[in-house]
Amino acid sequence: MSLRTKGVPSVSKTPPKTAEGKTPVRRFRPGTVKRLFSYMSDYKIQIVLVVACILLSAAANAASSLFIQRLIDDYIAPILLEKSPVFTGLLRAIFLMACIYLAGILATLFYNRVMVVVAQGTLKKIRDKMFHHMQTLPVRYFDTHSFGDTMSRYTNDIDTLRQMISQSMPQLFAALVNVTAVFLAMLYLSFELTAFVVVFTFLILMVVRKIAGKSSVFFMRQQDSLGDVNGYIEEMINGQKVVKVFCHEEKAEEAFDRKNGELCYCSTQANQYGNVLMPVLFSMGYMLYVLLAVVGGALALAGVQNFGMAGIGVLTIGTIASFLTLSRAFVNPIGQVSQQINLVIMALAGASRIFDLMDEESEADNGYVTLVNAKIENGEIREAGERTDLWAWKHPHRDGTTTYTRLTGDIRFFDVDFGYEDNKTVLHNVTLYAEPGQKVAFVGSTGAGKTTITNLINRFYDIADGKIRYDNININKIKKADLRRSLGMVLQDVHLFTGTVLENLRYGKLDATDEECIAAARLANADGFIRMLPDGYNTVLEGDGGGLSQGQKQLISIARAAVADPPVMILDEATSSIDTRTEAIVQKGMDALMKGRTVFVIAHRLSTVRNADVIMVLEHGRIVERGSHEKLMQDKGRYYQLYTGAFELE
Amino acid sequence: MIKKLAGSIRQYKKDSILTPVYVVLEAIMDVVIPILMANLIDYGIDEKNMPYVMRMGAGLLLCAVLALLFGALAGRSAAIASSGLAKNLRHDMYYKVQEFSFSNIDKFSAASIVTRLTTDVTNIQNAYQMLLRVAIRSPAMLIFCLVVSFRIDAGLSMVFLLAIPVLGAGLLLVISHVHPIFQRVFRTYDRLNNVVQENLRAIRVVKAFTRERYEEKKFTDISQSIYEDFSKAEKRLAFNMPLMQLCVYGSMLLISWLGARAIVASGNNPALGLSTGGFMGLITYSMQILMSLMMLSMVFVMIIISRASAERITELLDEESSLKNCADPVPEVKDGSVSFEDVVFSYGRKTEKPVLDHVDVRIASGQTVGIIGGTGSSKSSFVQLIPRLYDVTGGRVTVGGVDVRNYDLSSLRNQVAMVLQKNVLFSGTVRENLLWGDENATDEEMVRACKLAQADGFIREFPDRYDTYIDQGGTNVSGGQKQRICIARALLKKPKILILDDSTSAVDTKTDALIRRALRDEIPDTTKIIIAQRISSVQDADLILVLDDGKIAASGTHEELLKTSRIYREVYESQNEGGAVRE
Repeated sequence: MSLRTKGVPSVSKTPPKTAEGKTPVRRFRPGTVKRLFSYMSDYKIQIVLVVACILLSAAANAASSLFIQRLIDDYIAPILLEKSPVFTGLLRAIFLMACIYLAGILATLFYNRVMVVVAQGTLKKIRDKMFHHMQTLPVRYFDTHSFGDTMSRYTNDIDTLRQMISQSMPQLFAALVNVTAVFLAMLYLSFELTAFVVVFTFLILMVVRKIAGKSSVFFMRQQDSLGDVNGYIEEMINGQKVVKVFCHEEKAEEAFDRKNGELCYCSTQANQYGNVLMPVLFSMGYMLYVLLAVVGGALALAGVQNFGMAGIGVLTIGTIASFLTLSRAFVNPIGQVSQQINLVIMALAGASRIFDLMDEESEADNGYVTLVNAKIENGEIREAGERTDLWAWKHPHRDGTTTYTRLTGDIRFFDVDFGYEDNKTVLHNVTLYAEPGQKVAFVGSTGAGKTTITNLINRFYDIADGKIRYDNININKIKKADLRRSLGMVLQDVHLFTGTVLENLRYGKLDATDEECIAAARLANADGFIRMLPDGYNTVLEGDGGGLSQGQKQLISIARAAVADPPVMILDEATSSIDTRTEAIVQKGMDALMKGRTVFVIAHRLSTVRNADVIMVLEHGRIVERGSHEKLMQDKGRYYQLYTGAFELE
Repeated sequence: MIKKLAGSIRQYKKDSILTPVYVVLEAIMDVVIPILMANLIDYGIDEKNMPYVMRMGAGLLLCAVLALLFGALAGRSAAIASSGLAKNLRHDMYYKVQEFSFSNIDKFSAASIVTRLTTDVTNIQNAYQMLLRVAIRSPAMLIFCLVVSFRIDAGLSMVFLLAIPVLGAGLLLVISHVHPIFQRVFRTYDRLNNVVQENLRAIRVVKAFTRERYEEKKFTDISQSIYEDFSKAEKRLAFNMPLMQLCVYGSMLLISWLGARAIVASGNNPALGLSTGGFMGLITYSMQILMSLMMLSMVFVMIIISRASAERITELLDEESSLKNCADPVPEVKDGSVSFEDVVFSYGRKTEKPVLDHVDVRIASGQTVGIIGGTGSSKSSFVQLIPRLYDVTGGRVTVGGVDVRNYDLSSLRNQVAMVLQKNVLFSGTVRENLLWGDENATDEEMVRACKLAQADGFIREFPDRYDTYIDQGGTNVSGGQKQRICIARALLKKPKILILDDSTSAVDTKTDALIRRALRDEIPDTTKIIIAQRISSVQDADLILVLDDGKIAASGTHEELLKTSRIYREVYESQNEGGAVRE
């Protein structure tokens, strides 16, 4: 696929981040919950409404239990005493209850629906933010992270949040309301017994923490493992042709089974701990009940003084009975909520992975020089609002003045050193200059560092030492987006996007007309085959231009760069899969297009570079020769050897 | 559909059956415990009977321990069964995908296959776990409560029977409205995955054209449509819970009213009819019914969401591979001869003109064949028919005199090694990548293959030599190095036929020549088919095919073609401008 470390290959020090069980225990990122809430802050009003509705719904519930408790004593019993039964009182009460229930039901409906919007809106916000942030990451990130694992964050990890926000959060809150209400009622009855409950609750929470902690470790591993499986499938399907050619299906299956087994193990463990939580909580609730009965009974028999908000007195049997009922109401909601705990823990694991990605450091960009369209007025360069053929660098200075430098495409390297890893230098002391309008070619055996040079010009990677100047401006001062806008690139590995041919051609200049695109396609000699496609320029390309040959994709990629019409062009093995006859036609077109502009060409095929103004021969990260084709042929040096390699053998 | 999915339960059948059993045992405890609790208060606390409190307490604790035990067991087996089902589903799907031909894969798209294998399976896993834990318990509780209430007062309990159809109708309405939306949402998920995947793979293009904003727009559009669809679906699902409440509260009020009248009518005499005690029982059970229904409604939501996922999984599992072994496959490839007999081939779209148009070629075993042709002249399509990556549309391709469709696929592909134009190395060490060719290869064999492919030299310069780690997609080796590792990998297979599809394009001329010489001298018996752009790469071949627009325009040796083929001559001249210097 891409062309990262040409040059002496750098070796990734990050091992495959999978590995069964070897991964150190990962825990949730601290502050995950708080951060999740911060994404919900857009919905403050809705959340307040939801809270109100949950309270309302809880109130309706409470009213319901009260009504049932008093139904017989207050309504049915008096009727029984009457000679001719009068049901109006009961009817009124039932009607009142119907209204309360209706309000409760409506409140439930309302908060459930609002929560959907809150949840989905929050998810969308997180998704979009994550994608936005991903676009700012340096190329290095993409080179070192599994694609499928990153994809998993957008689907599997985000999905864990869905249920938590829309389902678990309201239920947790409702439970909290219930528990608080019951707790107050307990305090009303008896301080001592409440104190006992508090101590016991503390114990329960300790147990919950222990189990939930175990579960969380495994849920974290489950999500990581899911990402790993996702990554493996993605890589394998992408390389399916190779898998088939090598009959490697079985091996691929074996490796898959290993990863799949690991995922299953983590998932089982995580869910198991989560599932155990509910029975544990309920049993502890029962235990509390028994203990309360025994302790309360003993206290009552001993005639101990009871302190409650209701007053001070002897602990009565009635109080204990009521308290026992309350203790059930205290534990029940906790037990029910414990079912949600799985979801919550899983969601926190997912969120941790999402925030990991969001906290990756963005590409540094301290540039302040921007690229603007320009026109010349009275011999001075002025910024132009419309699109002109003239480009200029807008250079604001510290004293408030702004100067404009015409973009000419003069690129110079001064003693540049670079390595993809700190301790391994790939380029040594590279000094080169490309004058405006020159065609500069890089040749050299594979791995000599040619692509690396282009990676530095457009700042996919930053140099370690030395200086690169573009129109005499240090490229570190140029805003990255503007720098890259000024450089057209045709890369060794062609990537097309799902969409029509026209959309793909327009990628570099979104407002290009159809005519411009077709003209560029003609120039790249792609017009012919595009017209042969089922829907011509409107044919939808899928799966990275599947159905097109490698050479055809390269032609489209060249046309794409031509549409962008950049002042400087970098062609990195742009024609390697194109036959030489077609290449000759393409080259003629490109030469006409790039007349007066700077072009960098990298090619193994020497016919591609022969007519360059300057040819740089690279060897092991150093420039060993430079000059025109004729000069280098006369010198009979390295270039001569490369060029006449076939002869040398015979 | 369910049958298909259930087929993946396999070794987890035991846990799948045990879970509901444990759950029911736990539920029995849950029924018994409240009775004990009531007794504890009524006869223990109220009567100030401490010994009774102790006795009941002990019984209660025992029950609590049992409840815990069964609950824990249920939780454990539910976790095992559902994770296991998910594992088996992923396994089955992945194996299925390995059987797929490329047209199968194209049909689903890579991104969609990935979503199906992970996200969709996770949905099923969650639903299955829920199902095991709740689906037996809640209906059991429901029926239990209904039966008891009927025994208390059949007439009044009719209210429940009235409520249930209302509930059922409401739920059906919700399903029918929600299911199509979920089907759509998951398709949108595929699109989302696709955009992310393309963005990741083509990040250099995105950055080079500074199209970050544009990509974000693409992403947020899809993200927005997921938001809208999911909101729409879940908003409808939100009717679920209030609907339950409506039915249960409604029933309760009706029972209150009718119950009160019945009590009055009977004069609160259990012998004559409903008493207050029976009435309270009815109310309690209706609360129980509410609880069970709530649990069921959660299952119900899960099932609706997972139904769309289940459909997507079965769709993949049901897909028939379009490339299959024939009934009685030939296990062995005799020699490296290849013939194309009147071959017509197209990639499936009927409207397109065939990619290969009536091609006839005969290649003897051990020959070296060069293929030259313009961009889009179907060179790659031509060679991909030999290891049967695709099937011909018409005519036939034979290897060793036998139609490729009659071979066992893996024996055929083991003898036809192909180095693809779009080379892929996998994340792993150089050695691991090489072992793809032959997993039992010794170090000597590996080094020899690398020497032939001119790869040994640079591999030795790597800091960790053969154990150097190669990043995903081989981003940390240069294009030419990647190509040479790929050639070495193919050589390790010791194939009868070796196909190099423009495999030295990024290798300099000298190295290219060295590779060709090594192949000629070291593996003379292997048929070598070489696609190249450079004439120099093929001019020594025994036979050179000139492809043009899906047809064989000319064939012969270098000298013959220079005389007979205009195309060949032009290509040759374009590469040798300036006379003597040959590229």
